[in-house]
Amino acid sequence: MKRSQIVDWATAIYEDLDFSTVHAWLDEAPGRKAAAYLPVYAPREIIHACGMLPVGIHGTGGIEIIRGDAFYQSYICHLPRSVVELAQSGRLDMLSAVLFPSTCDVIRNLSGMWQVMYPDMYVRYLDLPQVADPKLGAEFWKRELNVVRRDLGEVSGIEATEDRLRASVALYNEVRSVIRELYTARRETPWRVPSEELYLLLRAGEVVAPEFFMEQARAYLGVIEQCDDRIKDRTRVLIAGAFCEQPPLGLIKTIERAGCYIVDDDFLAGNRFMIGDVPDAEDPAAAMAETFVTGAIKTSVLYEPDPAGKRNLMKTRAAAAGADGVIFAAPSFCDPALLDRPMLREGAEAAGIPCIAFKYAENSGQFQQFREQAGTFADSIKLWGDA
Amino acid sequence: MSDQNRAAQKDNSMVIQKEMIAAHYERLERAPETKEPVVYTFVPGNLTELIRSFGCLPVLPEINALQSGMRGKSRDYIAEAEKHGHSEDVCTYVKCDIGMVLAGNIGPTGTKLPKPDLLLLSYTGCYTFMKWFELLREQYDCPCVFLHVPYQGDGVIEPEHREYMIKQLRDEVIPALEKVSGRKYDEEALRERLQLSAEAEDDLVWVLQSAKNKPSPIDAYFGAVYYVGPIFSSFRGTEEGVAYYKALRREVQERLDAGLGPVAPGGPVTDEKYRLVVEGPPNWTHFREFWQMFADEGAVVVASTYSKVGGTYDFGFRHDPDDPLGTLGDYCGGCYTNINLPGRIDMLCNYLKEYEADGFLINSVKSCNSFSAGQLMILREVEKRTGLPGGFIESDLVDPRYFSAANIKNRLESYIQMVDARRQRGAVA
Ligand code: SF4
Ligand code: SF4
Repeated sequence: MKRSQIVDWATAIYEDLDFSTVHAWLDEAPGRKAAAYLPVYAPREIIHACGMLPVGIHGTGGIEIIRGDAFYQSYICHLPRSVVELAQSGRLDMLSAVLFPSTCDVIRNLSGMWQVMYPDMYVRYLDLPQVADPKLGAEFWKRELNVVRRDLGEVSGIEATEDRLRASVALYNEVRSVIRELYTARRETPWRVPSEELYLLLRAGEVVAPEFFMEQARAYLGVIEQCDDRIKDRTRVLIAGAFCEQPPLGLIKTIERAGCYIVDDDFLAGNRFMIGDVPDAEDPAAAMAETFVTGAIKTSVLYEPDPAGKRNLMKTRAAAAGADGVIFAAPSFCDPALLDRPMLREGAEAAGIPCIAFKYAENSGQFQQFREQAGTFADSIKLWGDA
Repeated sequence: MSDQNRAAQKDNSMVIQKEMIAAHYERLERAPETKEPVVYTFVPGNLTELIRSFGCLPVLPEINALQSGMRGKSRDYIAEAEKHGHSEDVCTYVKCDIGMVLAGNIGPTGTKLPKPDLLLLSYTGCYTFMKWFELLREQYDCPCVFLHVPYQGDGVIEPEHREYMIKQLRDEVIPALEKVSGRKYDEEALRERLQLSAEAEDDLVWVLQSAKNKPSPIDAYFGAVYYVGPIFSSFRGTEEGVAYYKALRREVQERLDAGLGPVAPGGPVTDEKYRLVVEGPPNWTHFREFWQMFADEGAVVVASTYSKVGGTYDFGFRHDPDDPLGTLGDYCGGCYTNINLPGRIDMLCNYLKEYEADGFLINSVKSCNSFSAGQLMILREVEKRTGLPGGFIESDLVDPRYFSAANIKNRLESYIQMVDARRQRGAVA
């Protein structure tokens, strides 16, 4: 397969707000059902084990919002209005269930709006475990997982038996592993893996069956192996804060074209929420819960029990990625990203890591200002680096 | 009773409250010498009885922020926080508090606030709480204990969630309090305090429900923020708290007997023309002006959701001394912002009916996603279910830049016209 074929495939899915791939999957066999989730993290293994297609809902990008704005005041971020737009325009009618993780109060409240507006759809607010004690957290989370497992099984008519769930866990371990490979490849050879392509691929992975995503992702890994593009003189940056409302594709392109290589990011962070694999265990829900409480990434949507955790996070991540600078890119009005930013930035700057910050909305259409900021940033790092 | 006597009566509970608060802040100022440990916590899900049972003193940063707003200090505090990199987009309570800390931590009554010995992060109904205390932990370099209160996503406190809270209280919160206070957990002392809480809660509910009378003797939004002050802040489970609510109840009873309405900043509301229900927190920077706009229209708020933010008591919950940790879990889980949107809609519909209101208004504050996200849907849904008119006002809690008096007045007047039109249509039909 050629690189352009894979990228075109992913781009077509990214741009398709009618979710044709989901419809196609549903039409493939009678009685199939799909369950969606909002950012950031949802246990896709459970959805899959119940025989359903997990569908990530990440907003609409730049399309005109006609109905969604009537639901939100101007000072609330863009994501929920575009999600409501999708729903109100009937584009989510094919869903049988939606999971709302405890990312922030906007998504939390959207779960209640959904209950009122779509009473026939299964809705569950997923309270992620926040406590520092792993035993208590795992016990709580295991129970939550089992509630969703039971309920989705009822919705789909397919019980997520231990065997089925174990198989789904194994499958998603593979998905995670492929994604880790992709991220490693970009980190090590960013000139071969433009972030725009990586992003499109992952975005497609949010709405197609995991097996199919892995085929494409592995093909892409094969293609980049063969790529003989040369390294360019660019600055390696980490993009922090864009974990929920997604940046427009143009912004990702702009940052790289302004002289940066993105070597780590928060885009679609749910994909990489669990750092390692979930072990194969007799009780797969318990294994998922334990892996979550002991091995989740450090993120704004979870409590940080380590007092030095926030201060050290950017330093640790920049070092791991070999990043020379941090770009804090947060959606406007995003509580988790913007409340965390002063702590993260202070820690980064104290460690001597250059930083800049800006805000975007998923429908931002003008990139000139971002280009200038990112370009100046990249240049100044190169200058300091040479000094 | 003469007007003068009435004013004196009205002032009585206010005076008591003022004295209680002043004494509390003075005690806090002396805490570094008296060695009384200081525990910072939040209004929703505050565990005041437990904190006090360890001889610790509670500090509620939200109260400090709102007081700073009322005293005209929040603008500068917010500016200070923004200068230090805090975004203009986030909750202004947080920025007001951080700004106050950066400016020397002089509390609203002019006394210096002590540093916390412990941050008790009761994660109840608001995401921002988590960040707020992570931020304060950076400022104070002190321990922080986390209590995860599951949200009522399905409209109930699930039994497993209750158990989860009890375990956290037993295994995390109590040991943390034992450590900072040097005292052992004393369940008897906690029970006694919970008993006091229940007594005060009975009186508070009676006061709030007095608004079912016509005319209402109280304003259940603007007036209620004073009434809930002691119970939402540091005085639940205290003798002073009980005494305050007894005095308040007596006062309201007298007003009721005399057929009097509430007293707004510009004087008594003598002609209750409109009975309204309000959803959302008030603006604090122009609180009196805001209230007076309602009073000028003859509008009295007969029920509000904001007055349930530190505890929802009017549907029967009382702290139960026989189940000390379970009841604390129930309390936390039942705070207003921990209730899902369908529950909030039901509550508003219930208030409109029970309090025989003419309509409802939403004051949507820019700061608060917990309250504000979804309010436009709440507006439509409550209108649909009750057939009563709803209005929408926008302001902020403590950022004066977002209070436009002309705009709000305009919206309020248009809303009142809508209520009139609805009444006329009703009369014709
Ligand atoms: S963008 Fe931020 S505030 Fe908006 S829904 Fe996502 S996490 Fe919440
Ligand atoms: S976001 Fe709302 S509930 Fe949370 S601290 Fe701010 S004002 Fe309070």
